[in-house]
Amino acid sequence: MAQKPVLDVKNLESYYGPIMAIRGVSLEVRKGQLVTVLGANGAGKTTLLKSISGVMVPQKGTIKVYGEDLTGAEPDVIVRKGLVHVPEGREIFPLMTVEENIAMGAYVRTNKTEIAQDREMVFSYFPILAERRNQQAGTLSGGQQQMLAIGRGLMAKPELMLLDEPSLGLSPLLVEEIFTIISRLNKEQGVTMMLVEQNARVALSVADYGYVMEIGRIVMADTSANLAASEDIQEFYLGVKEETQRDQRRWKKRKTWR
Amino acid sequence: MDVLQLVISGLANGCVYGLIALGFVMIYKATEAVNFAQGDFMMFGAFITIWLTNTDFVGLPFWLSVILAILIMGVFGYLMERIIIRRMFGQSQIAVVILTIAIGFILRFLAGAIWGHDPLSLESPFAGKEVRFGGLVLGADEVAIILVTLLLTGSLFVFFAKTKLGLAMQAASQNQLAAYYMGIPVKRVHGLIWGLSGMVSAIAGILFAAKGAIDPSAGLLGIKAFAAAVIGGFGSLPGVLIGGLIIGLTEPFASRYIAAGYSQIAPYTILLLVLVFRPAGLFAQMQKKKV
Repeated sequence: MAQKPVLDVKNLESYYGPIMAIRGVSLEVRKGQLVTVLGANGAGKTTLLKSISGVMVPQKGTIKVYGEDLTGAEPDVIVRKGLVHVPEGREIFPLMTVEENIAMGAYVRTNKTEIAQDREMVFSYFPILAERRNQQAGTLSGGQQQMLAIGRGLMAKPELMLLDEPSLGLSPLLVEEIFTIISRLNKEQGVTMMLVEQNARVALSVADYGYVMEIGRIVMADTSANLAASEDIQEFYLGVKEETQRDQRRWKKRKTWR
Repeated sequence: MDVLQLVISGLANGCVYGLIALGFVMIYKATEAVNFAQGDFMMFGAFITIWLTNTDFVGLPFWLSVILAILIMGVFGYLMERIIIRRMFGQSQIAVVILTIAIGFILRFLAGAIWGHDPLSLESPFAGKEVRFGGLVLGADEVAIILVTLLLTGSLFVFFAKTKLGLAMQAASQNQLAAYYMGIPVKRVHGLIWGLSGMVSAIAGILFAAKGAIDPSAGLLGIKAFAAAVIGGFGSLPGVLIGGLIIGLTEPFASRYIAAGYSQIAPYTILLLVLVFRPAGLFAQMQKKKV
């Protein structure tokens, strides 16, 4: 392909002190794609995102955005290059109003008319935020805070949006609603996204391509249709099980991945 | 009339405490660190102004040297963060507290070494002048202090509530990680906050020196300002100013009506009462760090 990928990660390794959280991860996101990274608790998904967005400095490997090496750059530089991280657990600014939170999302931008247009765009996708624009963000419900976090991320007009567990702690109905909006944003606004999730079913339903992470490594990579069809994924992430000998088989299969 | 005179001089003192306390609170809100050298910043700002203004030293016009001193202290605060405090990033708060106490000591001795330990007073255009207001005779310096403080607090309030940089400073204090994710250059914002608080402390110092003599140990009244900040709740800017006014008003009345040995403890008695009955301060942002 002619165009360089939006994000190109090669052999990334990150540590928490002596603990190796990411053990050589390579992945790629192309423009317009919605790529998901699946994995259980502690697989290193969040660490991966933190390393990409510059909050953590990786020990080894490279992170390239449109071919430009941004490994170890400061977070604000990375946001200016078009990567915005929507963190897990809706890290909003609790004492500021919804509107001020959204305005902070556009911190790195200067064109006021474009910012105003994008704010209207965010409000059109999340009408509840428009309704509550003068409310303190900390008083919103969990789902609304998640919407606010996504809306705030959109305000940076990102080349690539890193979404960390948008389904965390939300009811199935809300998860559905938020993922519908995520998918619409990807298709209608052309926002390239990298979606990190534990909820494989809903993530695979919206994604084009998927990676599976276990204990700091990528163990599978394929189109989401193929992943959803694969036996391992069905068994371990989608909860489809055949009756016989599940426990024994689990061990064996997992071992072959490492 | 007597009581009113006390009230005015108490308010003027309280404004100076309030301004120093504002410096405390701005830094605390944005960076979670307490700068115990804030009083010494104030003293240093005052001495720089005296040095620039007084005819014994450089002898610049008053307003020019005021502006220069404010700028110098702004740069001083910024560099303090940039060169020293930033290296403490991620260390415990206690380490930063001890460091700033040490910086306070250094500033105090530095000022003593440069300008001597004798009290100096600022040759300001307000010195000795009076403003007649109805039947009242007020010192022009005291009126100026009160007006400047109100103006400054008002503009800081607007700055934090309305401007992009002000909002970013608030954002960085409410959720540092999220501020990073939004591309707010958190470290630079911290430096700017220290610069801003250096400027505010310079203004406090100028007002203090215009009101009476100042010597290098004047920075110790930062402790009273700290009490003011705690009474005000260490969160809201107007609250902190009111905390300063409460301390300022208590002093003249206490020294007038209470026996000499006890009057000095009056401000701290109030601090104690506030801590017992409203531990979060009078105007606390209650939900501050919960989320």
